[in-house]
Formats: sequence, structure tokens, C-alpha cells
Amino acid sequence: MEKLALSDEILLSIEKPARYIGNEMNCVIKDKNSVDIRFAFCFPDVYEIGMSHLGMQILYHDFNRFDDVWCERVFSPWMDLDKIMREKNIPLFALESQDAVKDFDFLGFTLQYEMCYTNILQVLDLSKIPLLSRERSHEDPIVIGGGPCVYNPEPIADFFDLFYIGEGEVQYRPLFDLYKECKKNGEDRRSFLEKAACIPGIYVPSLYDVTYNEDGTIDKFYPLIENIPVKIEKQVVTDMTEATYPQKPVVPFIKVTQDRVVLEIQRGCIRGCRFCQAGQIYRPVRERNVEKLKEYAVSLLKATGHEEISLSSLSSSDYSQLEELITYLIEECNRRYVNISLPSLRIDNFSLSVFNKVQDVKKSSLTFAPEAGSQRMRNVINKGLTEENILNGAHLAFESGWTRVKLYFMLGLPTETDEDIEGIASLCDKVAKEFFDTVPKEERKNGPVQIVASTSFFIPKPFTPFQWAPMNTKEEFLRKAYVTKNAIMSQLNQKRIKYNWHEADVSILEGVFARGDRKVGQVILKAYEKGCVYDAWSEYYKNDIWMDTFQECGLSVDFYTTRERPLDEIFPWDFIDAGVTKSFLKHEWEKALHEEVTLNCKEKCNGCGAAKFGTGVCVGR
Amino acid sequence: MKIRIKFEKDGVMRYIGHLDIMRYFQKSMRRAEIDICYSTGFSPHQIMSFAAPLGVGHISYGEYFDIEVHSHNGAKDMLERLNAVMVPGIRITSVKMLPEGTKNAMASVAAARYLLSPKPDADTLVDFDTSSSAFFNQPEILVKKQTKKQELTMDIKPHIYEWLPKGNSVEVFVDASSSGNIKPTLAMEAYCDFCKCNYVPMSYQITRMDTYLNAGTYEEPRFLPLEAAGEDF
Repeated sequence: MEKLALSDEILLSIEKPARYIGNEMNCVIKDKNSVDIRFAFCFPDVYEIGMSHLGMQILYHDFNRFDDVWCERVFSPWMDLDKIMREKNIPLFALESQDAVKDFDFLGFTLQYEMCYTNILQVLDLSKIPLLSRERSHEDPIVIGGGPCVYNPEPIADFFDLFYIGEGEVQYRPLFDLYKECKKNGEDRRSFLEKAACIPGIYVPSLYDVTYNEDGTIDKFYPLIENIPVKIEKQVVTDMTEATYPQKPVVPFIKVTQDRVVLEIQRGCIRGCRFCQAGQIYRPVRERNVEKLKEYAVSLLKATGHEEISLSSLSSSDYSQLEELITYLIEECNRRYVNISLPSLRIDNFSLSVFNKVQDVKKSSLTFAPEAGSQRMRNVINKGLTEENILNGAHLAFESGWTRVKLYFMLGLPTETDEDIEGIASLCDKVAKEFFDTVPKEERKNGPVQIVASTSFFIPKPFTPFQWAPMNTKEEFLRKAYVTKNAIMSQLNQKRIKYNWHEADVSILEGVFARGDRKVGQVILKAYEKGCVYDAWSEYYKNDIWMDTFQECGLSVDFYTTRERPLDEIFPWDFIDAGVTKSFLKHEWEKALHEEVTLNCKEKCNGCGAAKFGTGVCVGR
Repeated sequence: MKIRIKFEKDGVMRYIGHLDIMRYFQKSMRRAEIDICYSTGFSPHQIMSFAAPLGVGHISYGEYFDIEVHSHNGAKDMLERLNAVMVPGIRITSVKMLPEGTKNAMASVAAARYLLSPKPDADTLVDFDTSSSAFFNQPEILVKKQTKKQELTMDIKPHIYEWLPKGNSVEVFVDASSSGNIKPTLAMEAYCDFCKCNYVPMSYQITRMDTYLNAGTYEEPRFLPLEAAGEDF
């Protein structure tokens, strides 16, 4: 493949030209004349971030299984190239064929976090595709969005022709077939969209309208034409073992964030932490077969040549065959000089013995995510981790030689008091004390304990019990970070504790996008036109422009963030049926306010609604 | 057992830098299931050493690296296994066994042959026909070299072994040893200075034709491609 969209001169003048040339091991090249559908799959962030995403690898592989479809990758050009492409009027291209995105049939975006929204516009703009769906013609690709952010697609509804709600493995084939048929019959864009709206899981925003009450909340959300669903049901893979898995993932030349084989061991989570959106929208939890996973591990290592393998799931310790899988992996990996990385494992005897085998104890650190400092607060968020669990885990770890501990917390949780916040500091102090009590002075050969406490700011998300909760203001967030810092400074072992906290500005904007409505779209468009892009990158985040733009558009940030929503409010995302019912979430919200915990899915079914999919833990699998 | 591997790098692969090429070959060894040796210690790495880094944007038909293996099924098998897991733009062209005691690839590098040819879109061409012999027949070729502290004048003539005009292109055979390495562009700049013509570095494609070791002595060098140190197996 000699053809490149960028000239030699440009490629040699920008950072990391390898981001733009394609040609990686296992990338798929097809003859463009022998396929019916060309699909440009975009992760709207820089290459190294996008290439680390398992979901993209899964769908890339899934689509390219079809002989009549060629799926290629597109990423946001980094700012150096962005500037050159605008100056020289170079259209954005897909990596494999280096052909202009504008000539594709579909442009699909995977939307993994809200702060990538301006990058969607960057990609459309550089591709020379009209930013607004209503301004597109039959010459433009069909623009479709998927991923967790589409559980509230309304802030970006104007930019998309379609959204796909749920897991991509299920309904793309029917969508492709419909597209081919419409193309064959010479039907126009509108006709295709109307028919697509009848495919389960497909939401066509232009076919629905919203009216608002005087206070800005939603009065009504309704379809504009007959015979399309009022509620869009999320699509779920019902047989994880038979579901496709990318056997030959693309292997980047440059170092990417996730430069390893990733084994998805299960989807969903039994835990039901009340702040966690993933824990609700991926319900029910579905395990992959352990024998299949073993096969995949070996074949993926061979196909990629990666020197590391990692398990992926929301809570790996809950995978029922974990011990068998890890025992197998340790043996296979040792033989092949492959490292194993094991995130999201509960710290106990088993995991510590595993860590001991796969990591250098001196160099690695242990991570706990209590998320809140006090037991009261942890009951509110339904995080089943107790102080005793943490201290026991730490005790075992210190006995085995670990000295570094990371603790993750959130600030701004519903009902939070200063006492809860100070609990963060005292918990850190107790972990330090545990070290000094566990390890006698003469045995501290790896040095004293080092604790890193990090706090992020809590952002209420749709389809969680906290979707009704008011978010804190920026001032409250910063005050709370200050309270945390002071509380840590006043601990006995404060010298052993390092404290980090997140930016508050960007959390506020994320809060707006997370629970925003269609009105927010104009702000995103204007802010982009004024130069906002790569908002997830602090060096490019321009808070002043964002705040000015909200004002210009006559929208209040507080309406979306700090306002307490009444229980009967119609939410912008209520038209989505994610399985988990609103009444269940409401019940959970009330339990949270009463500090009551809810048992996990394996202990007891709480009737969340996901059982309607008839799979996974709901049917005892 | 030490093996010397020769490969070509062209096409879009010219934009992949040296460090990423090293990572690429580490992964290739695993894909091809080469029984490569690993260092000992807590984070073992493959025993692999490269001859001479190639600049980003350059093409090469003579790149080398050495590996150490526990076992093998002959050179042909290894060559085929590796080529089966290459991407377009990288081709393994020879695999040789190094006799015990051979200097490693990097230490062996003594010279390199480059072709500088105008890129398709180059608008100013350098004339090599009229001045090449006068240029190369100079007793010395002085160039200014900027170091951190001062500007030095040095004679690069002893380090340029051949200067061969080839139409709009020029082939240059230069010292590539650690002590006297000359970048081909330095010779090109000196030439353009000499004949007072305009040289736009970006408009010339640099191709390394091969990398050489010195089988003779310092005074009487005998340059051979790096693969010549090895034997078929």
C-alpha cells in the first residue's frame, strides 16, 4: 500500500506520523470495488487513545467478517495535523485505504466519554461533512453513534443521523442489509432513516421532537411519524460464548495506552454501585466461557506478538472461573515471557498470591477504590467495601512486602458531609498505621509505606440511581478538596500520604453533557466554532469559552448540574429502555437516601428489569 | 547461537522510527515463534541488537540486527516464518548464522552506501554531471560543524569513500563507524556548497543501499555487507 493521503513533506513535519499511515499488523485491506458498504469507524480522540479501546477492535473485526463490508479506522488528527489539514484543505481520511471519509457509506463514532463531543465536530468538519444532520445530503455518509454516551444522546442529537443503543454485535447486520436494499432501490436518505428507525435499538433523532415546560424541563418527547417505536430498547448480546471476538487485533507501531492483548472475561457487573453508569447499562452480567478464554489468550498472543495480556471487566474478582483462568495464564505466560496485568481485582489472599507471581512487589502498588471515606457514605453509594476489608487487604499486602498503596475516592456524593470527607483522611491514616503495626522496623527493607489518595468529583449520570441527584458547584468541589487536604495534613502519618485531586471546571462541563438535553447541542456547536476541541486534554480545555457560550445561548449550567430533579421529571433519556427500569432506579435512590445497601445480583435478584433480556446472571448463567 | 537478520524497509514503513521498529521486531519474533533467548532478571527482554538506526523518512535495502536463539530449523524456515508475519514495507532478505566471537551488528558497522534521489514532486534539481569529479578530487572537503560550544571546521574527505553521480541522483559511500560517521546529507551539502547550487533537503529521498563491515584493516579497508560475517545454516 503505497498510497497515502498526506504528503511526504507533511508526514515528516508532524509528530508521530505513524498515527496516520495505517499498515499495522492485522489491519484489514479489502478491494473497495468488491464491497457494498464502506464503514469508517471513528474513535474521536487521538490514535493512541482510540487504539487502546477494546470495543473498537471488537466491532472492526465483527464488521470485516462480512464480505460485503469494509470497515476502516478514523481518529482525530492531533492539533499539529489539524492545523495543516485546514490550511491546505486536505480532507480527513480513513487509515486503511487512505480514502476520504466523505466518500464512505457510514461514519460511525464510538462515544466513550462526554468530553470527546467537540472532537466529533472536528472529525465531521475535517471530513467536509455538514455538522448538522439536517444539512446532509445523499452524498454524505450516514453518521451513526454508539457507546455508553448514547444512553443520553440528546446533547449531540443534532449531529447524528442515527444512534445505536446497546451492544454493537447485535443489529448492524440488519442495518447494513437495509442500507443495501435502499441503495439498490434508489431510495433517499430520509426513507432509509425512517426504515432504520424500525430496527430494534436504532434511534433516529430527527424523527422525534421534544417540547419543554416553562421551567426548561421536558414536557413531551414524541415520534414525528407513525409506526416508529416510542421507546428504543438497548441491544444485548445474549450468548457471550458464541459472540465474535477479534482473533487478530490490529497491532500499532507506536506505543499506545493499552499496548497489550485484552481478554474481555465478562460484560456487566453484579455490584450495583449507585454512582456507576456502566454497572447499570451493561446489565445483566454475562460471563464468557473459561475454555474459550484460554483459547483466545493463546491465539491472541500468537497473532499480535504482544508481551503483555490483561483481563478486562468491570469487576474481575466476580468472574466465577477467575482462579482457573489466572492459573492457566500464569503458566502460559511464564513460558512465553509475557507479562500479566490484572486490574480491578479485590485484594485478598488469592489475588495477592497471584500478584506475587506476576509482578515485582517492590515496584508495583496496590489499588483500593473505597470511593468514599466513611461507612455511612459507602452505604449511600452501595459500595460493598468496608474499612475492615481494606485494612485486612492492606495487612496481607504489607506482610507480603508491598509498601505502595493507592486509594481512590469521590467528592461531592449525594448527602455528603464534611465528616464523610474527613473519613478519607482517617482511612488513609489507618492504612498507614496498619503498615507500621504489621511490619516491624527491622523488616522495612522496601522503605516505609507510601499512600497516594486521589479524589475525583462525582458527576451524576443517566440510568443510575443518582440521576436525580444535584451535582456540587465548582466552589463546593474545590472547598471539599481543600477540606480533604487539610484533614490529611492533620493526620499522624500525614507525611506518608500524598493527595491528588481532579480539575473541577471540566467536571462541571461533563456534568452538563451527561444529563443535558437537545438544547445543549447549540452550545457544543458554537464552542467548537470558537476553537474548543480536545476538551478531554487539559492543555486544550478552554473553560472561559464554554462558560461564555452557555451564556450566549441563554442556557444555565446550573439547570443541568446543581438542580435537584423532582422524582416525576421527564428526563431527556427516558425514551431509552436500558432494561433497568426507572422505578427500580427510583427505589435505589430512596434507599440511598436512607443509607440502605442493596445485595448484589448473585446474592439476590432485586428485580432491576434486566431479566427481560433472558440471559446472564438473571437466568443463572 | 547468534543470528544476523537483514531486512528492507520501504513504502509507508519509512515513517516508522527506529524505536518503534525495534518494538515491531520484538513482537514479530513472538508472532513467528522464533525460539529467541531472553535476558535474565525480573523483566526479561529479547536478546536483540540493531546495527545502525535509520532516520525517519529514509528507505533502506540493507538493515540489520542480531538475535540469539536456543534452537532453529534452518535459515530458510526462519526467513519464511518471519516473512509470514511482516507488514507490507518490511521484508526479511537474509538470515545468517554468526560464528562464535563475531562482533555484534552495531559494533561492526563501518560504512554505508546511500542513494539520494529527487522525490517525485521535487522542483529544483541538483546537477551532478558537471561538478562531481572536481568535487571529489579536492584534496580536502571542509565543512563547518556546530557543536554545543563552538563551530568547528572539519575535513570530511577521508570519510567519503565514493561519490557517484547517477543522472539526477547521486550514490555516496561513506564512513558509518561510531568514530567517523558521516550523514549522507552532510556530503550532499558540501557538494552543493562547492558548486554553489541550491539544495532543498526535503526534496531528496535518502535510501540506504546497504550497511558494511570492514573485513580489512583501518589503513586498507575491505568493505563487505554486514551479512557477509555470517554463514548459511
